Amino acid sequence: MGGLASVFGILQGAPVRWSVPSGIPLFAYSFSYDALAGFFNLTLAILAIAVSIYSFGYLKEFEGRRNIGFFGFLFHLLLLSLTIVFTAANAFLFLIGWEVGSLAAYGLVTFYHEQRESRQAGLLYVIMAHADVGCLLLGFALLIQGSGSAEFASFHTAAAQLSSGRQSAAFLLFFLGFCIKAGVIPFHIWLPAAHPVAPSNISALLSGIVIKAGIYGMTRIFLDSLGGVPSWAGLLVLIVGVVSAVLGVLYALMEHDLKRLLAYHSIENIGIILMGLGAALIFRVAGHPLLAGVALIAAMFHTLNHAIFKCLLFLGAGSVLHSTGTRNMEEMGGLIRPMPVTAFCFLIGAVAISGLPPLNGFVSEWLTYQSLLAGFGATGGLTRILFPLAGSMLALTGALAAACFVKAFAITFLALPRGAESRNAHEAPRTMLIGMGWLTLACAALGLGVTWFLPVFDPITEQLLGQRVVAHLVTGHGLVLSAGMRTSGTVSTAVIAVGLLVLVLPATLLVAIGVRRFGRKRGPVWDCGLPGLSEENEYTATAFSKALRMIFSVLYKPRREIQAVFDISPYFPKEIRFESEIDPTFEKRLYAPLQEFIFRVSSRMRTIQAGSIHAYLAYIFVTLVLLLLFGVRK
Amino acid sequence: MTEVLINSGLQLVLLLLVAPLLSGMIKTLKARLQTRRGPGVLQPYRDIFKLLRKGMVIPETASWIFSAAPYMVFGTATLVGLMIPMTTTHAPLSLFGGVLAVVYLLALGRFFLALGGLDTGSSFGGLGSSREMTISAIAEPAMMLAIFTVALGANSTNLSEMAKIAVTQSWRFLAPSQMLAFAALFIVLIAETGRIPVDNPATHLELTMIHEAMVLEYSGPYLALIEWGASIKQLVLMTLLVNTFFPFGLSSYWSAQAVGVGLVFYLAKLLLLACLIVLVETTNAKLRLFRVPELLMVAFILGALALISTFLF
Repeated sequence: MGGLASVFGILQGAPVRWSVPSGIPLFAYSFSYDALAGFFNLTLAILAIAVSIYSFGYLKEFEGRRNIGFFGFLFHLLLLSLTIVFTAANAFLFLIGWEVGSLAAYGLVTFYHEQRESRQAGLLYVIMAHADVGCLLLGFALLIQGSGSAEFASFHTAAAQLSSGRQSAAFLLFFLGFCIKAGVIPFHIWLPAAHPVAPSNISALLSGIVIKAGIYGMTRIFLDSLGGVPSWAGLLVLIVGVVSAVLGVLYALMEHDLKRLLAYHSIENIGIILMGLGAALIFRVAGHPLLAGVALIAAMFHTLNHAIFKCLLFLGAGSVLHSTGTRNMEEMGGLIRPMPVTAFCFLIGAVAISGLPPLNGFVSEWLTYQSLLAGFGATGGLTRILFPLAGSMLALTGALAAACFVKAFAITFLALPRGAESRNAHEAPRTMLIGMGWLTLACAALGLGVTWFLPVFDPITEQLLGQRVVAHLVTGHGLVLSAGMRTSGTVSTAVIAVGLLVLVLPATLLVAIGVRRFGRKRGPVWDCGLPGLSEENEYTATAFSKALRMIFSVLYKPRREIQAVFDISPYFPKEIRFESEIDPTFEKRLYAPLQEFIFRVSSRMRTIQAGSIHAYLAYIFVTLVLLLLFGVRK
Repeated sequence: MTEVLINSGLQLVLLLLVAPLLSGMIKTLKARLQTRRGPGVLQPYRDIFKLLRKGMVIPETASWIFSAAPYMVFGTATLVGLMIPMTTTHAPLSLFGGVLAVVYLLALGRFFLALGGLDTGSSFGGLGSSREMTISAIAEPAMMLAIFTVALGANSTNLSEMAKIAVTQSWRFLAPSQMLAFAALFIVLIAETGRIPVDNPATHLELTMIHEAMVLEYSGPYLALIEWGASIKQLVLMTLLVNTFFPFGLSSYWSAQAVGVGLVFYLAKLLLLACLIVLVETTNAKLRLFRVPELLMVAFILGALALISTFLF
C-alpha cells in the first residue's frame, strides 16, 4: 500500500498538501506529499515489506517468552513516525514525529532489557537522540523567528532574508542535529553500540531507514527550506563525508562482531552519501544546476541502495544469529553448507555494498565519482583539487569495504566451522528467506535496470533544483548510463552482466571438457606434510585484518599482550595467551572529557535541586512572575 | 554492427593470445638479464595447455565459491580487455564501461579470488587473500588519482575518448603532470600484477608469497583459467599505461590497415614497457610486506602532485 502511494506521489507533478489547524499557535497538522517525501516513503516501504515478512519467522522463538505484542506496537509506531517525518510540512509536527521515532527505537533497542549491554546502548542512544533534537529545535527556532510561522513552506522566503551570521548558525545547528541522527563521525558512537544489541530485524530498520532520516532532513532543509546555504556549507558536508567514509570502513575492518561490523559500514555509506550531497550543494551555489542534479541523484540513489543492501545484510546476520546464537565471527565458519540461501543472499549484499559491478552499489558510487570529477572543471581555486582527492578517498573506501566483506563473508560462511554452534547450524525459516530474497532481487534489479529506474529522480531534482536531469543521464537506446555531459563517461551494468556471462560460458565448456576427459576428485587441503589440519589452523577475522591493523596503527593504536608459558626453552611454549585490542579514540579523547564535564556541572547543579517541594514551588513562582513581566513589557 | 563484431572478435583473440606471450617475454627477458637461459617465450602457452589437460583436485572443505572464482577472474579480466583501446582508439565495448568500470571489474575478480583462497580453510589461502586485499586497497587511491589526472585532461572517463584526445597531442607525455601520473601508475602496475618489489611471481610455498598463496589449492583447468586471467589482467594494465600515455600508432578510424599498423606499434610499446618492468624486477629486492605501503604512498603522492601540476600548468 505504502509503496503504491509513494510511486503515485513521485510520479505526480504537484505535491499533495493536507492541513488541519490545531488550537496551539504555530502548530498545525499539515502534511505535504511531494517527490522527495515520496522517494523516502518508497524506500521505507521496500524495507518495511521485507522486514515485516522476515519478522514472522524471526520472532517465532520469542512466542510466549517475550511480549511480542509490545514489540509489534513499537515496530509499527517507528514506521508511522518515519512516515510523519518524511511528510510533515510543519516544524513541530516534524519534531514530534522525530521524537516519537527516537523513543520507539529506544524501546526496540532495549528489547533484551535484561542484558546490561542493551540498557547501556539504549541509554547512549536516547542521550544522543536528545542532543540531536535539541540542535534541531534551536535551528527551527531561528527559522521561525524569521518567518513567524512554523510551516516549511514559509521558511523558504524567510531564510533568504536572514543575516548571513544567522543563516550560518541555522545551517550548523541543522547539520549537527542531522549528523547525530545519521551517525556521522564523530557523532557516531551510539550507532555501533545500539545496532548489535537490538533484535536483527530492528537493526536492519535502524541502519536501513532510521539513520536515513538524517539524510532526508539535510536534503529537505539545505536544498529546500533554507533556500541558499553559505558557500562553505557544501565543502563542509563533502569533507565530513570523506572523513566519515574512510574512518567508518577502517573501524569496520577491525570488528569481528558481525553486526557491529555492519554498523560501522553504515557510517561509511552515510559518508559516501554526504559526498554526493556536499557536491550537490557546492554546484548549486556555483550555479551549475545540471551538475547539482547529477550529484543529488548520486546521493539519493546511494541512500536507497544502501537502505536495501544494508537491510539485506542485517537480515542475513540475523539469520546467522538465529541459527548459531552468536555474533562473534571467530566462532562461525562453514555456514554456506547448512544455510545455502542465506549465504547466497549475504554474498549478493556483500558484492553490492562493496560497490562492485553490476549491482546497485556500483551504479551509485559511479555517479558519485562522476559528479566529483565534474567538480574539478566546475569550480575554481583550491577547491577544485579537493574533488579528485575526495574521489581517490572514495576509491580507498571502496577497496577497503571489499576487503572487509571478503573477511565478513569468508569467515562467516566459508571453510570449516569454528565452533559447535556453527556445526549444528540450520537454515532459517521460509518467511525469513522470503524477506531476504525480496531485497536480493531489489539489489539486482536496481543494478541491472538502473536506466529504467532513474526517471523516479526527475521530479525530485525538478522540485529542489528546478531542472530535470535524467534525460542527460541515459543514452544508447536506454541501456547506457552517462554522466550528464557528452564526453564524461558512460557505463552499462546490463551489458557488463551479459558480457560476463558470454565470456564465462566458453570457459565453463573448456573446463567441463577437461573434467570429463581427465577427471576431478576431492582431496585433502595441503597441510605441509603435517596431517591433522583442523579448524584451529584456519585464518581468523583478526588475522585477516592484521596487515591493515599494522599499516594504520597510527589510527588504531593497537595494544597487544602476549604471555607464553614454557618449561625448558622459550621456543617450545606450552601455552600462549594472546590479547589484542584497538584504542577507541573517539570515546576516549572526545566523549570521556565531555562526560566528565557534564558530571561536574551536574554536581554543582545539585545544590539547587535539593528535592524540597517548597523550593520547587518557589522556582515555579519566580519563573511565572518573570515570564509575565516579559510578556507585559512586550 | 558487423564492424563492432569483427572488432570485438579481433580484440578478444588478441587478448587471449598476446597475454601469455607477454608473460613469456617478461620471463625470458628477465632470465637473459640475469644471464640465465630461461624457459623460452612460449612456455606460458605450454603451461596453460598442460593444465587444461590435467585432472583436477578440489579440497574437501571447499564450497561452490571455490569453483566460481576462476570463472570470475577469467571473465572480468577478458571483459575489461574489451573496454580498452589496443590497436586503434575504438575499443569494442568502450561505450559500456570506462576506466571506473575497468578498475571495479578487476576488483570484482579479486573479490572472488580472495574468497576462493579463504574457502579452502588453509592458512596459506587466508594469508594470500588478506595480503592481496590489503595491498590492492592501498594501491587503489594512487591508481585513481593518476587515472583522474589523465581523465580530467581528456574530460572523460571513457577510454576511447581518452585515447582520441591523446592521439591529437602525442607528445603530451612530456608534460610534468603526465610524467608524474605515469610514474604513479607504473608503481601501481607493479603492485597489481604482483611483481618484485611487491610480490615475487616466481615463489611457491614461501611465507613471502601473496598471489601464489591465494591460488595454492587450485589445480588443472581451474588453475589454467586463473593463470590465463592473471596474464590478461597484466596485459590490460600495461595496455592502459602504454596507450593512454604514448598513443603512437593509434589511429582514430577503424580499417584493416590501421589495425595492422596499430598492432605493430602496440607490440613494440608493450615490449618496451616489459623491458622496464624486467629492469625494475632485476635491480630490486623484494620489499618486506610492511614496507609496501610506503612504496604505494609514494605512488599516491606522485598522483597528487600530478593532479596539482595539471592545475598549475
